[in-house]
Amino acid sequence: MTGLTRGSVRPNQWLRNLNAKIASIPMILTALVIFVGGTAWTVVYSFTNSKLLPRLKFVGLDQYERLWEAPRWIISIQNLAVFGFFSLIFSLVIGFVLAALMDQKIRFENTFRTIMLYPFALSFIVTGLVWQWLLNPQYGIQSIVRSLGWESFSFDPLYDSDIVIYGILIAALWQGTGLVMCLMLAGLRGIDEDIWKAARVDGIPMWKTYVLIIIPMMRGVIITTLVIIASGIVKVYDLVVAQTSGGPGIASEVPAKYVYDYMFLAQNLGQGFAASTMMLLTVAIIIVPWAYLEFGGGRKRG
Amino acid sequence: MDNLASKSALKRHEAEDTRIKAGPRGSKPRSALSRRNIIVYGTLILVAVYYLLPLYVMIVTSLKGMPEIRVGNIFAPPLEITFEPWVKAWAEACTGLNCDGLSRGFWNSVRITVPSVLISIAVASVNGYALANWRFKGADLFFTILIIGAFIPYQVMIYPIVIVLREMGVYGTLTGLVIVHTIFGMPILTLLFRNYFAGLPEELFKAARVDGAGFWTIYLKIMLPMSLPIFVVAMILQVTGIWNDFLFGVVFTRPEYYPMTVQLNNIVNSVQGVKEYNVNMAATILTGLVPLTVYFVSGRLFVRGIAAGAVKG
Amino acid sequence: MTSVSVRDLSLSFGAVTVLDKLNLDIDHGEFLVLLGSSGCGKSTLLNCIAGLLDVTDGQIIIHDRNVTWEEPKDRGIGMVFQSYALYPQMSVEKNLSFGLQVARVPQAEIDKRVKRAAEILQIQPLLKRKPSELSGGQRQRVAIGRALVRDVDVFLFDEPLSNLDAKLRSELRVEIKRLHQSLKNTMIYVTHDQIEALTLADRIAVMKSGVIQQLADPMTIYNAPENLFVAGFIGSPSMNFFRGEVEAKEGRSFVRVDGTAFDVTAYPASVPLKPGQKVVLGVRPEHVKVDEARTDEPAHQATVDIEEPMGADNLLWLTLAGQPMSVRIAGKRRYPPGSSVRLSFDMGVASIFDAASENRL
Repeated sequence: MTGLTRGSVRPNQWLRNLNAKIASIPMILTALVIFVGGTAWTVVYSFTNSKLLPRLKFVGLDQYERLWEAPRWIISIQNLAVFGFFSLIFSLVIGFVLAALMDQKIRFENTFRTIMLYPFALSFIVTGLVWQWLLNPQYGIQSIVRSLGWESFSFDPLYDSDIVIYGILIAALWQGTGLVMCLMLAGLRGIDEDIWKAARVDGIPMWKTYVLIIIPMMRGVIITTLVIIASGIVKVYDLVVAQTSGGPGIASEVPAKYVYDYMFLAQNLGQGFAASTMMLLTVAIIIVPWAYLEFGGGRKRG
Repeated sequence: MDNLASKSALKRHEAEDTRIKAGPRGSKPRSALSRRNIIVYGTLILVAVYYLLPLYVMIVTSLKGMPEIRVGNIFAPPLEITFEPWVKAWAEACTGLNCDGLSRGFWNSVRITVPSVLISIAVASVNGYALANWRFKGADLFFTILIIGAFIPYQVMIYPIVIVLREMGVYGTLTGLVIVHTIFGMPILTLLFRNYFAGLPEELFKAARVDGAGFWTIYLKIMLPMSLPIFVVAMILQVTGIWNDFLFGVVFTRPEYYPMTVQLNNIVNSVQGVKEYNVNMAATILTGLVPLTVYFVSGRLFVRGIAAGAVKG
Repeated sequence: MTSVSVRDLSLSFGAVTVLDKLNLDIDHGEFLVLLGSSGCGKSTLLNCIAGLLDVTDGQIIIHDRNVTWEEPKDRGIGMVFQSYALYPQMSVEKNLSFGLQVARVPQAEIDKRVKRAAEILQIQPLLKRKPSELSGGQRQRVAIGRALVRDVDVFLFDEPLSNLDAKLRSELRVEIKRLHQSLKNTMIYVTHDQIEALTLADRIAVMKSGVIQQLADPMTIYNAPENLFVAGFIGSPSMNFFRGEVEAKEGRSFVRVDGTAFDVTAYPASVPLKPGQKVVLGVRPEHVKVDEARTDEPAHQATVDIEEPMGADNLLWLTLAGQPMSVRIAGKRRYPPGSSVRLSFDMGVASIFDAASENRL
């Protein structure tokens, strides 16, 4: 009785869910052409001697050798290391302390959060320019302190090659710690209230509860925050452009700016590709262990 | 209240450990001026001042005349309020040979932001919906690549994109920049929408299928009306993100299409002429005004957005 | 006449096989309950019938039409979900008519069908409300209405009462039964609740690990479970099991457990019991008599450990043949802990399973 109707035939696998597949074309193109294709392209061309235009003339590791001989690149890397190290430490510590303070069931929590987070809504360009003005030696903080009577006070990071990166660090922390605070606060809020009650019953002092119980429980949040900050650090570009333009001299250069300048201003594409490949490598060193921990051992997230 | 009480009790407990065996001692200290409160609120207020100071300085500087800036200090409120710097920043400030102010950058940014936000959200929401509800073979692989791609420094991908856009004939145009924003907004927005749609009851989707609704009908009639909050979150994320962009603006557009951030930087960091700090600060505020407005109006939703969008770094 | 037929249905996700060559025929107008604990594959099977999951192999035939690869809407089914799955932004009326509008049914016809469904379910006053303004029971009624307006012969229920509280659950249970009696359509109903299964079903399919353990009417399932799993799964508290060995003595058969011999001569075995055979004797708590046996009848001495008075019933926990067992007696007879009792078994309604194959003998 059951003839060979339409419903009895298994449809072509390619046509199944066709609409969903059509809707995913932008994603598939982005993933394959831009992310995979684009990255591979850049890595491949970093082994060529492309100058004004990309050319497939391979020169081995030549570009990388030149890169690591360039004082500007070395300074960029040093700056990134110093900037990265301190912004990780400071933003994590400050962010966590602020979150812990915010978690004390305080009044006006929303107001405080709004104030701490608003810099994050601003462009790095805006942040950079504000702090350029605040750190202006003639009118800014240095002159204020001097006018208060401390004549020999000197805080002139934007014009002092040795400490210029700390001037950028201050601006970056101003913009970014609010976010870290918010992430940490979300982590703290995710912890069961009963933990605090149990700790209280056991008579554990508050600071000990934080150090021994809460922070280990927030491992996931802290690591995720760390990865977010770290991958942001590697990309830092706009802030430097706005605040110092890489100066004084080349004292505050960073890798992302090196890449842009060589690709689009110096017309030395090979150098740009090699430098950006180094950036990719840096990010991979940060991301791969994290992704392995987070997603590797049995998919914890969907 | 419970938590606070427990923590303050912990503190007392710590301080009076030696007398612990003496039994209950008096009522709980709940006065507003307890040492704990002074420390907590004192620190928070100090921090708040630190965060607000740059905004304050920006505003007062922009309202002063240049002579006053040269003699006064940056924290002092203006003796004589002038809006001249604002007018100048908006309509007269020079970048290179052009002296028509930031207004051009503003309108460019509007023309970039509006289509970019709409298109990126439309594309990503349909994408997230397809991933959450219509899983097909291989979808997860592409999605994983997309998420990993969010961590790849943009610098690695910009040159290939320049080539692609040039081949398409849209390099340097607003269209090209809109495409770029759609591409780079995709990982985080897709993640945002996928997680949201996956969090909706699956039975709702099944019921709609039994009712005979297809891919687009379910999206438009069932999912979309249920998801307005997440669309607002995505909107906030994208408006602030795209408005604040600098790198893509500089790389993918011609100078006449430069967005506001790029023009601002060119005005303030131009080497020619006398530095007009008041005009610079007015221009800086003007550029920050759009994201700030979005931020202050949206409140809690912004926090949700950045918590989701933090990957953008 | 067969309404829904499942043939050699297999479903696997990657390496995990959920259903393996499952066969099931459901008659027209039958109320079939798929019963099992979570993860047994009952909901999966229902979703396959609905067309919400692609099967790996096999066929699904509804009304003599092979619908294995049809869209859910083309299968002639209506479905009711556990979470009601009402579209939150639409009024009750819109919820009911959405499917019909998608199918471009003329408005007059839609109105007629919505009106009829609302009448049957007595939800006319709710038509203009949003789902969020309804109680759980009302929501589920609307959800049933959504299946009703589709004018189909097969209703699929996926644990429809699990989200309701106990009182509402029993009310709606009766209502679903009444609906079935008046509509006389085929209903396939998934639940983990044995009371729902026993009260609603014409036939129950007890499932475990993707396999139907027994398919029979409720009384057969309860009184003559096909295997050890079904016996243990149905009934609360569950059946008492005694593992022992068959003995034959003086023309009578016994099951010997730890020195205690149960006389099972009265047991209507379909397969003759062989002496020495390892078996499991199963007796329901209500099939044990306490202090009722005549002195000449076989009886077992035991001591009450715990007494659980439950109003209508009284549940006694005792130890017999070295293992705990429960007995249900009428509520007014009380036995405080420590009481000594004489137990006699009604072997005519007991069950005996082969210890190795776990199948009924």
